[in-house]
Amino acid sequence: MKFTLALAQISTRLGDVEANLEKHLILAREAAQSGAELIVFPELSLTGYVLQDIAATVAHRPVAEDPVFRPLLQASNDLDMVVGFVEEDRRYRYYIAAAYLSAGRVVHVHRKVYLPTYGIFDERRYFAAGDCFRAFETRFGRVGMLICEDFWHVSSPYALWLDGADVFLMTSASPGRGVTDEILGSAQWVQDVNRAYSGLFTSFFAHANRVGFEDGLNFFGGSTIFDPDGRMIARAPYNEEALTLCEIDLAQLRRTRVRLPLLRDERPEVLLKALQRIDALK
Amino acid sequence: MNIDLSINPSLVRGLLTRFIRTEITRTGFSRGVLGLSGGIDSALVAYLAAEALGPENLLCVRMPYKTSSQDSLDHAMLVIQDLGVPYLDVPISEMADGLIARFPDMSNVRKGNIMARCRMIVLYDQSEAFKGLVIGTGNKTEILLGYSTLYGDSAHALNPIGDLYKAQVRQLAREVGVPQPILEKAPSADLWAGQTDEQELGFTYEEADKLLYLLVDQRYTPEECVQAGFERAFVETVVRRVRRNHFKRVMPPVAKITTRTVGYDFLYLRDWGT
Repeated sequence: MKFTLALAQISTRLGDVEANLEKHLILAREAAQSGAELIVFPELSLTGYVLQDIAATVAHRPVAEDPVFRPLLQASNDLDMVVGFVEEDRRYRYYIAAAYLSAGRVVHVHRKVYLPTYGIFDERRYFAAGDCFRAFETRFGRVGMLICEDFWHVSSPYALWLDGADVFLMTSASPGRGVTDEILGSAQWVQDVNRAYSGLFTSFFAHANRVGFEDGLNFFGGSTIFDPDGRMIARAPYNEEALTLCEIDLAQLRRTRVRLPLLRDERPEVLLKALQRIDALK
Repeated sequence: MNIDLSINPSLVRGLLTRFIRTEITRTGFSRGVLGLSGGIDSALVAYLAAEALGPENLLCVRMPYKTSSQDSLDHAMLVIQDLGVPYLDVPISEMADGLIARFPDMSNVRKGNIMARCRMIVLYDQSEAFKGLVIGTGNKTEILLGYSTLYGDSAHALNPIGDLYKAQVRQLAREVGVPQPILEKAPSADLWAGQTDEQELGFTYEEADKLLYLLVDQRYTPEECVQAGFERAFVETVVRRVRRNHFKRVMPPVAKITTRTVGYDFLYLRDWGT
């Protein structure tokens, strides 16, 4: 089976959900008209990234009655969508979240588990942390979603892999830093990590990063898709908004895994034993 | 110890021109205002801003004091002519002397601060007249050492080169085509005849850049810097300067008395809503 995935590498207006929503709807329409069946927006694509005290005021609940999700769910009748937003729960905790929407339904919401709170990051100050990794069924097979810092912890994609994910959708709002080499140091890192994961997990890894500035922070784009052989099959430009379409040939999963049966040979029970032993030492 | 401060100049050039364009236009402006001293920092910013905004949208202002060297003026003119940007000459001697004359025994430091603040007033006045944002020209070395006048040259709406050490400013200046005489001359605040930064600071930018890079970027302890080969006295001087001048790098503290206070728990980026 083949399908077309679109990476929506956008810049956002900080705290202006209405303007960002409009951009989502325009790009979703454009992507659908170009034949895309799934569009992935970056982390916090509806709100902007360095929210600080804005966070609680731009939060939404991913339900049909919500004024922001209503039009998004409607658009998801034309193509599946991954959108980034601030989720408010019933008890007024706020999460950095990504929602997978399809055919007018919310299929899955992932709440960012790892909230970087060091250096330029201050997420834990404003947000509650998610507490699970779960793969989910889509019309393109089983999918796993991770948000930015989530995939700096190798256990996150590993858990999703064992939970059956063959297509990984990674979203981020990654600020650029490091200017000694050909491309930004942070861009190189993210690319290397996605390439390594796709090869090690013999799976598809699509990464949607944003562009633009927030004060002095620059977001570099360079969104990518790697196939199960670790080959880059799509890359959006650096620093510019772009809608990048790429055909995903799911049959590559079989070809790669017959050659390289890492999934077949994986021994989670050995890992589990090791974790239990390590945990018992605490 | 080999400390390498080299950057990829074309990568940085692209990043900084995008920064200038985005951070000016998102606030509803399309123009910039810049004080052009004839030195390398403001020359570099002029090239970056002209590229980012279009030369016609950058107003360069020369603001000589009567003791300013002719070289400074001539070098600033090289930049203006090369870029084809609009410019203005606003000498600050009368403005500054109005205050300086009241205090006959005024020190050079006081005079220098007055000149820097006069220039700030001129630039902010032109900001309104030209409808452009004032673009800052302080580099990372200067900012860390506190080698600037608070509310003088430190006052601006945005600073594209504040995360570049002096050595990196030189690399980027070569990349964008800053004229040779400006690249070659000794850095000077030109507040009095014959002044050079390095003479006033008591050490060279080359040494300071490398030490600051270890202390700040690489998080070396002062002791580790000594072990890496820097003179202990020099390390102590620089560490003290960085700490003593920190007030120039932050907003002045507000006394907290309520549950929500600007600066502590009322936190938004400048770009809020844009």
